[in-house]
Parts: sequence; structure tokens; C-alpha cells
Amino acid sequence: MASRRNTALTAYLFLAPAIVLLLVFSFWPVGFGSYIAFTKYNVIDRPEWVGLANFRDLLSDDLFLSSLKNSALYLLVVPAIQVIALFLAVLVNNKLPGIKFFRAAYYLPVVTTVSVVGVIWNFMYTDDGALNAVLRWLHLISEPIGFLTDDRIAIFSVMFITIWRGIGWYMVLYLAGLQGISQDIYEAAMLDGANAWQRFWRITVPMLAPTILLCSVMSVLAAVKAFEEVQVMTQGGPAQSTYTALYYAYDFGITQLDLGHALAASLIASGFCVVLAWLNFRYLQPRQS
Amino acid sequence: MSNVDTMPATDTHRLDLPAAADSASHLRRIAARLPHYLLLSVIAVLTVYPFWWTLVTALSTSGDVYSFPPPLWPTKPGLDNFIEVFRTIDLVSYYKNSILISLATVVGTIVICSLAAYPLARMQFPGRKFVFGAIIATMILPAEVNFLVNFITISKLHLNDTVSGVVLPNLAGAVGIFLMKQAFEAVPQDLIDAARVDGANEWEIFWKIMLPLAKPAISALTILTMVTAWNQYIWPSVVMTSPEKFPLSVGVLYLAGSFSFKTRVVAAGAVLTVLPILAVFIFTQRYFLRGFDGAVK
Repeated sequence: MASRRNTALTAYLFLAPAIVLLLVFSFWPVGFGSYIAFTKYNVIDRPEWVGLANFRDLLSDDLFLSSLKNSALYLLVVPAIQVIALFLAVLVNNKLPGIKFFRAAYYLPVVTTVSVVGVIWNFMYTDDGALNAVLRWLHLISEPIGFLTDDRIAIFSVMFITIWRGIGWYMVLYLAGLQGISQDIYEAAMLDGANAWQRFWRITVPMLAPTILLCSVMSVLAAVKAFEEVQVMTQGGPAQSTYTALYYAYDFGITQLDLGHALAASLIASGFCVVLAWLNFRYLQPRQS
Repeated sequence: MSNVDTMPATDTHRLDLPAAADSASHLRRIAARLPHYLLLSVIAVLTVYPFWWTLVTALSTSGDVYSFPPPLWPTKPGLDNFIEVFRTIDLVSYYKNSILISLATVVGTIVICSLAAYPLARMQFPGRKFVFGAIIATMILPAEVNFLVNFITISKLHLNDTVSGVVLPNLAGAVGIFLMKQAFEAVPQDLIDAARVDGANEWEIFWKIMLPLAKPAISALTILTMVTAWNQYIWPSVVMTSPEKFPLSVGVLYLAGSFSFKTRVVAAGAVLTVLPILAVFIFTQRYFLRGFDGAVK
């Protein structure tokens, strides 16, 4: 008995630093953050309980509503990124000479800090930048497109950055999934006369279902929570057209120190995350047969 | 989609042919894959060219920045722009800060995650499942939202503008604990039993048996953590308020904001920021692209 208690004590001593840090920096934010959402708080003074006032303010704030709309629009990134990443994974799932170079090339944006991504794409997106130059050379446009200066287009330019940064990451996850599929199944299907298209839809996709679910959930949550790209590229502009829900929370919380307002906004965004993750599990869960 | 895309394994035995015959068939094989390579290259241009453009711009010392067609090679290559970066901002401090933050994050993560993983992997104690479940649950908590409250916590702990403030919230990660737990679970029980017979206590088993045998997992965790720590941007920009304490990822935007008219200098700053981490990535690719390690070897 004494030795069992000793074992438990030893175990918790090993665990203590991690438990303390997780309690303070992962669990506390959820509880305290939810509380702060119902208060007025600027870090310096004590939080003052205001009930639902923050939520009422948010729902009558046009900027917050357009931020939510942008976050919803941001979900378009999910199917795009997943289709491209899966396609890329299939393309590089072989041992062709030089294939490692291509895998690394596609992963390059993933290991680049978002601030440098912002700097680089500011270069690409300017009026005389490479992107406009190529489009003009292809005679697709006559006037340069204001990728980051036109308030109808800027949000899509920022969304493109999210795709560009993310495909390498999901490609690797899909690659791992693809390599878990036995080649025998493909060979058997070929003997039965299945073409590449049929093999992809009848074997690859069903066998990858768990990976597809995982990647969709990750990428839906990432889309709703996207704001780093906004911070480094547009700071919400032009004409506040690129505010996302979390950029709004960041702006109010960190820049304006209105933390009750900011946490109420992030609580609403988190609520959407939970609902969307649940929908993913509900409809993409591989069927048992 | 052609057969070759999904049927990679069938033709590898050809590589076993003698060298002379091999090189001819090798060329034929590559030729047959030309459309495949073309597609791969087009996508590679999309992901690599923005980097290439930035490098070329930083290395060029004359001519229009935004020339048409977009440049493929530097004009009058030189290091002037890089020297200008060092003169314009305190890049040496930014490097030091980035190295300090990354190093502290790596050491802290390895220590805390392996300590926590050991009892979860190899000891029986009440609450084990609950603790592990709670750790995994942090992965689904909306972590990106945490920074608002963590900002409050760090302020209350008076850790604003300190390396500890940047590093502490990132040390106990579910991924790190999970990775180390798996490595410890793979250690044969016989070794532990033998050590116990020799009178080793839990700490000695952890320190002398577990950690040395978990070296591959430790190196993987080291590299992944280092790259993440080097690249993090929002959190250090929230914690650090004095410009001389900025890491590179934050400092480079300071450069871009204040000297945006000097495109070449900003480009050189961007190159200097990503260079160290790209070097690390190139030499340690397999840790990132591990999805295919098993199949290739």
C-alpha cells in the first residue's frame, strides 16, 4: 500500500511541471476567458460584470458582423486546400528521381514564418509585382489588379495566402495516409480492369477516409481561426474589408485592451468551431461496414 | 491521371539492371514521365518562385525592382542590400533573441514533455487515464484564442517583455508529450526489470535507460520545436514591447513597416530571417516529410 502511494507520488512529481503549465496556459484561458467575456476588463482595473452587454454590442456592430462573414467566407479555403493537397500527395507518392526535391519545394511555405510570407506576398501582390506582370503578359488583364488595395478582392488575396501556406502541411498528412494503403489492392483492381480514375475513387478515397476527416477538421478550425495572415498583410484593411472574427478579437484585445469585448468575440468564434467540428465528424466519419 | 501516378512501386526492380543498360532505360523512364514532371514543376514554381524573386531582388544592386518580365537572375549581384539591413536595424540583436527564444523553448519542451511522458508510458498510478485524456483534450481546445487570456496572465506575472513570457506557454504541448510517451512505450520491459533488480529507482530508470533510448524521438521533437519557436510571430509580438527584444520574425516586419520604400533592403531582411531555418529544414527534411520514410526505405 505504502509503495503504491509512493509510486503515485513519484508519478505526479514527474508530471507536475507539465500539469502546472497546462493548467495555467491551456485550461485557465478557457474558464477565465469565458468569464471575462461577460465583463468589462482592461487588464489594469478589476473586471466589472456586465452580463450580456458585450454580446449585444457585438451583434449590433457592423464591423463584427462583417468579420464573421469573412470568417464564414474563409471556409472556402477548406475544400480548395484539401483537394489540392490530396492531388499533390498522389502526384508525389512515388519514387521518381527528384521527387524528394518536389516534396521539399511544396513544403517550403510551411516552414516559413508568417511575417516573411507577408513581406514576400506584398512584393508579389503590388501593382507592378510579379503576379500582375504575369496576368498582363497572358493578356488576362489590362489594368493591374489591386490584390491588397481593392476592398472587394483583398480578403480573397489573404485567403490565397492561407492556401499557399497550408497545402504542404496537408500534403504530408495525406502522403502518410496514402502510404498506409497496400499496393496489393491496387494491383488486384488493375487485374480486374479498373482504370486510374476508378482506382482513385473506389480505393484511395475510401481508404483515406480517416485522414480526410482529420485534415478537414484541422483545416476548418484553422480557417475559422485565421488571422495571422490578416495581421501581417492588411491589418484588416482596406476599408476594414479583411477583418476576420479572430483578427477582430486580436484588434480589440491586444491593440485596444478591451478584453471583455475581445473575448466575447472569440467565444462566438469558438462556438462556431465546435459546431463545424461536430458537423465534420457527423458527415465525414467513415461508415463502418 | 495516368497509371504512373498511382502505381509507383511496379517498375522499381528495373533499377537493379547493370549500369550501362540502366542509364538508357533510366532516361526513357524519365521521358515517359515528362507530363508528370511538367505538372510537378508548375506547382513547384508557384511555391518556390516568390522565395526566388525575393532572393534575386535582395542580391541585385541595380535596375528596377519591379521589372518586366519578373527577374530570374540578379543584375549586378552583390551583398550591398544585406549590409544595408545590418546598418538599418539591429539585426544582430534580433538573431540573438531568436536563438535565445528557440533554445529555451527546445530545452524546456524536451525536459517537461519527457518528464511528463515517462509516468504516462511506464507507471501504474490512479488518475493516469484522466491526466492523459486532459493533455490530449488541450489539442481540441481553441488554442489560438488562448493568447488573449495568456496575455493577461503574463502581464499579471510581470513577464511582459521577457523571454520567459514568450517561452512558458509553449513548453507543455500535447504533441511533445504524446511523441515522448510513444518512444518510452517502445523500450523493452526487460531492461526496466533488470534495472529494478539492480536497485535503480524511477529517476535512474528515466535518466539512464529511457532518455538515451529515446534519442530519435528527442531529435525529432527538438527540430520540430525549434522551427515552430523560430517561426512564431503573433505571440512574441504581443509579449515583447521593446524593439531591441524582438525576435527576427517580428523584427523583419518592423523593417518592412519603417523602410518599405527600400524594397531590396526589405527583401534582404526577409532572406536573412528565413535562411537559418531553411538550412535546418533542408538538412532535416525527413522529420517534416516523415510521411514517406517507411515506404522509401
